[in-house]
Amino acid sequence: MGDASVAAQIAAKWRKKRGSLIMALHELQDVKGYVPWDDAMELAQEMKVPLARIYEVLTFYNFFKLEAPGKAVISVCTGTACYLKGNDKTLEEFKKQLGINEGESTPDHMFHLQCVRCVGCCGLAPVCVVNGKTYGRVTTGDVSNILAEWRKKFEEEE
Amino acid sequence: MADMSEIEKRFDIHEIAKNKKQDLDRYQCNIYCCHSTGCKSSGSDEILELMHKTIEEYNLQDKVRIVATGCMGLCAQGPLIRVEIKGQKDVLYKRIDPATSRSIIIEHIVPALKLEAGQQITLPDYLQKYVLSLDLPFFKKQEKVVLKMAGHLDPEDIQEYMANGGYLALEKVLKTMTPQQVIEEIKKSGLRGRGGAGFSTGMKWEFASKVKAVDDKFIICNGDEGDPGAYMDRSILESNPHSVIEGMMIAAYAIGATEGWFYIRAEYPLAVERIEKAIKACKKSRLLGNNIMGTDFSFNIDIRLGAGAFVCGEETALIHSIEGNRGTPRPRPPYPTDKGLWGKPSCINNVETLANITSIILKGADWFSSFGTATSKGTKVFALTGQVEHSGLIEVPMGTTINEIVNEIGGGVPNGKKLKAVQTGGPSGGVIPTEYINLPLCYDELKKVGSIMGSGGMIVIDDSSDMVDLAKFYLDFTVDESCGKCAPCRIGGKQMLMLLEKISKGRGTKEDIDLLRQIATAMQKASLCGLGQTAPNPVLSTLRFFSNEYEAKVAKK
Repeated sequence: MGDASVAAQIAAKWRKKRGSLIMALHELQDVKGYVPWDDAMELAQEMKVPLARIYEVLTFYNFFKLEAPGKAVISVCTGTACYLKGNDKTLEEFKKQLGINEGESTPDHMFHLQCVRCVGCCGLAPVCVVNGKTYGRVTTGDVSNILAEWRKKFEEEE
Repeated sequence: MADMSEIEKRFDIHEIAKNKKQDLDRYQCNIYCCHSTGCKSSGSDEILELMHKTIEEYNLQDKVRIVATGCMGLCAQGPLIRVEIKGQKDVLYKRIDPATSRSIIIEHIVPALKLEAGQQITLPDYLQKYVLSLDLPFFKKQEKVVLKMAGHLDPEDIQEYMANGGYLALEKVLKTMTPQQVIEEIKKSGLRGRGGAGFSTGMKWEFASKVKAVDDKFIICNGDEGDPGAYMDRSILESNPHSVIEGMMIAAYAIGATEGWFYIRAEYPLAVERIEKAIKACKKSRLLGNNIMGTDFSFNIDIRLGAGAFVCGEETALIHSIEGNRGTPRPRPPYPTDKGLWGKPSCINNVETLANITSIILKGADWFSSFGTATSKGTKVFALTGQVEHSGLIEVPMGTTINEIVNEIGGGVPNGKKLKAVQTGGPSGGVIPTEYINLPLCYDELKKVGSIMGSGGMIVIDDSSDMVDLAKFYLDFTVDESCGKCAPCRIGGKQMLMLLEKISKGRGTKEDIDLLRQIATAMQKASLCGLGQTAPNPVLSTLRFFSNEYEAKVAKK
């Protein structure tokens, strides 16, 4: 299978299983970070599913991204516990420091800012998650440290 | 009994349990380190690594066992470590960092292991600061059925689950009970669905069992816990995945299901991973597949992930989502027990509901129904969050009062503020003001005051919170999550939100409040599914108990 594209490989794995479209899209997003249009078209062909079906599923579920996000995806939790403990202020601080709105990426594609519904760490509220790493009891003062931490990480990788 | 062959022995759960128990008994000390999402994000990975290294350094591998467990409950004080040494009092440590975890081994465990019988270790003062008393009401006042093993079990080890009585309930059911007897037992226990609506589980199973299936019949576990502020199901799946799987297998046997499905939120990667591992372990131990435990019962389980849509917790929407479609609900009847997944009869149970089954089978319906009130039996897990001292996951008998939960278990409201209300049922529920502080929490009492049990989120609100703003917060959520299929929910929700925004900005009128009530009532009656029918609840209940706050904003005009 070495030469087959990612979409073709995923399609081959899921084609014969029942209820597999969402699972296939999850895998595609896991590999690519989002669901690129070309891959969605290829998946449609390989899985013999109309492209319109894939599109309606992609746009219904919040989890799927249709555009390439920044390298670090910052998820600010907007669950009830985080709301009561003032996570809206943290969100504002991220917006201010990054100069973007929620749902947007910075021009250098380093950061993507989004709101999520409850990550289930209410005991640590207010909470932010960056690329799977959870930060608990976040204050507006922590925002610059979090951003610096990830900038440094990416610089070291380069 | 005739001698078992070697192969039979390898798969015999009693044999595995016996060997594992012997294996576990060798250790003089168990260190339980919470490795659930909450404590993991507070750094329990690093702690585990350093503790393993330290144990090796002191050459204690044969005496000390480190277990990465599921949620211990007091998430706000994490990472939590519990040290249990034979002959010594158990000690629970809070807010541990890697360096302190090393000190615990060097200053607590190493000297304690050298003590003679009857002597108790005295901890150095600086370690004493990290000790959390096990006599706290937070621990003393709980009654753990579902969460009994959480925090005391390696969730990724099936043998350890068996050593603690795992899969004995399944064996009892498969070898000594008919499906009808199982259903009768569950009915007698009075167990009601823990997902929100509180329908009798035994009745649901009976309906499902009576439907004749041409080929497939499904059992589905609803792990799409979408309420913001609730994480009971996540913790159960993470801390004891096998208990949910075993419950599902018993349900499958009772209703005659051929295949099981887990539907879990994609936002819960650790829960998904643990269920995946648990299913693999079951297959390897021949607990899934054909002719389970040498009986005629054959069963398999698969997992499907959600993708961030709250409405998919509704059962018909959930079915559409598993099928790979948009998660929009459809009118019922036909109920899923008649026509569900791919048109086949399907029984949908919540995670916590299934996690209750093994205890009922092993200890009996009478034992289970000894907990709780006349109409709500057993215990309930709550995610106690918001403005409360000890925020975390708790399990109490049904009928425990709000006062006991917030002020005793939860330790009251911090920062000198006063309790204003508690909110239950998430975006589908309502607020309960302090005058009902002695209200026993059960399905029916909550309904009387305009809220619902829901899945078990309990948010403590102090007197600094604005109730109109809170109602707006919840409505904003449901408007965003409405699937848009039916007009009452799609349009009604949006209009209500606009009115609330107008009122909270001080531009509303008295008529706006009346209009809000009218739309809310229409939405409750005319919406297609539970989401739309319950979305007005936060608005109606804040209007009912805190109408003065609405009026104050209107009067300002």
